[in-house]
Amino acid sequence: MEVYGSSGVSLREFGCEQSLLSRPDGSASFIQGDTSVLAGVYGPAEVKVSKEIYDRATLEVLMQPKVGLPSVRERSQEQCVRETCEASLLLSLHPRSSLTLILQVLHDDGSLLSCSLNAACMALMDAGLPMSCLFCGVTCAIDTEGRIITDPTAAQEKESRALMTFAIDSKEHRVLMSATKGSFSVNELQQCIAVSQSASEKIFQFYRDSVRRRYSKTL
Amino acid sequence: MRYKVKCVCDSFNPRKCLSFPLFLHTVRTAEPLEYHRSYLKENCRHDGRELSEFRTTTLNIGSISTADGSALVKLGNTTVICGIKAELANPTVEAPGKGYIVPNVDLPPLCSSRFRPGPPGEQAQAASQFIADVIESSEVIQTEDLCIDRGKLCWVLYCDLMCLDYDGNLLDACIIALLAALKNTKLPEVTINTETCSPEVNLEKRRELHVHKHPVGASFCIFDNSILIVDPMSEEESLCTAHLTVVTDEEERLCAVHKPGGTSLSGEKLQECITRAATRQREIQKLIDKVINSVKAAQ
Repeated sequence: MEVYGSSGVSLREFGCEQSLLSRPDGSASFIQGDTSVLAGVYGPAEVKVSKEIYDRATLEVLMQPKVGLPSVRERSQEQCVRETCEASLLLSLHPRSSLTLILQVLHDDGSLLSCSLNAACMALMDAGLPMSCLFCGVTCAIDTEGRIITDPTAAQEKESRALMTFAIDSKEHRVLMSATKGSFSVNELQQCIAVSQSASEKIFQFYRDSVRRRYSKTL
Repeated sequence: MRYKVKCVCDSFNPRKCLSFPLFLHTVRTAEPLEYHRSYLKENCRHDGRELSEFRTTTLNIGSISTADGSALVKLGNTTVICGIKAELANPTVEAPGKGYIVPNVDLPPLCSSRFRPGPPGEQAQAASQFIADVIESSEVIQTEDLCIDRGKLCWVLYCDLMCLDYDGNLLDACIIALLAALKNTKLPEVTINTETCSPEVNLEKRRELHVHKHPVGASFCIFDNSILIVDPMSEEESLCTAHLTVVTDEEERLCAVHKPGGTSLSGEKLQECITRAATRQREIQKLIDKVINSVKAAQ
């Protein structure tokens, strides 16, 4: 388990553990403050005929909440995570096969979607699937006084006027996915994107360090 | 094999290529991506539109007489009908002074071959969630207005959106239908009988719902990671690499910037989309006002 302290753009302490499950082809748990998501990837495996795509792999994302059954909110988050993964994975290398990504929420203390995205990316890396770039998720909240809070807790989310989650790619640091709540001005949106981009560098540095540390042990 | 869509008359302008419809049809079925690219290269679309041009929007208000409010929207071929039913309910314990709005988007097998009968699929559920988020973010209706008796009685508005013909850009059509139907909604007056403490509904006397904001969406598709097209048709939606929906209100505040994954987007392109969305908001608000006025004049 590695933990990264935060400075500059304030993210909560975050950490990750890879390959912690034995059955999936890749797994990771990602922790941001008290928010924690466990991800597992199966595949490339055989695909159901009804879901088969002739020129690329079918990616399925399942999001399991901590209590109860997945609802409409989880469905829309699944869609966001799936389409982000589809953009970064080289799915055409595995035509007519299936990839399944399961995200189990262990604890939700705000910024759940960004934590899920980070866990998903780490799990895909652990599974060794070919990707064109990495991605990470950053959540920004704008409070009633107009200040931008990155990686908010559940309490901060509740008090905020607007909430935005972005997925940023590692190649050009551009926005892959955006999901927003509340109303905001164009200027605030641009500011939040800029803040997320600088925060993403920190997360990508963490990705790089953790992979380096992991492979320096095995080699 | 790669080939350019080029007519025998040596014209590269697809709009003038109508002399060769069978050839075009073959290319469209066999190489749909190449087919669309050849049009986009000429800065136009296969239905003759420009890249930033919306399809004709038609609006009909009050189409369902049994609903408390209704609207039918056509965006090219895409047709969405919205019916609003108001019911009396108990407010939640967390928000005793508020009513609530329950939107639901239905994509029946009738509207496209891609939808199967049975429980709602991922697209329908994601659309319902998106509409619920837009209602909450834009504060189109203040839920306090729906309260009748604090902690005891409130209105719940069931907004059922049904797609009758699916030809792309479902979200834009849904938002317009919802907004027009809300503006058409008239709630009956409710008085509470002091002796029996039971509510009495006066169906004769109705008042209009106060619509605070006018959120309108504009959807975009990104083709080949770079070309931005507006108001995509179903065929274009399935071929493009990313979708984006921007919802703005009349004060040019953004209520939603929804981009569920796909290829990345630069800041300038995003700004372009936001500007286009703001123009679209003004166009649609004008359209809704015009239709409402014509309905009132007819009565």
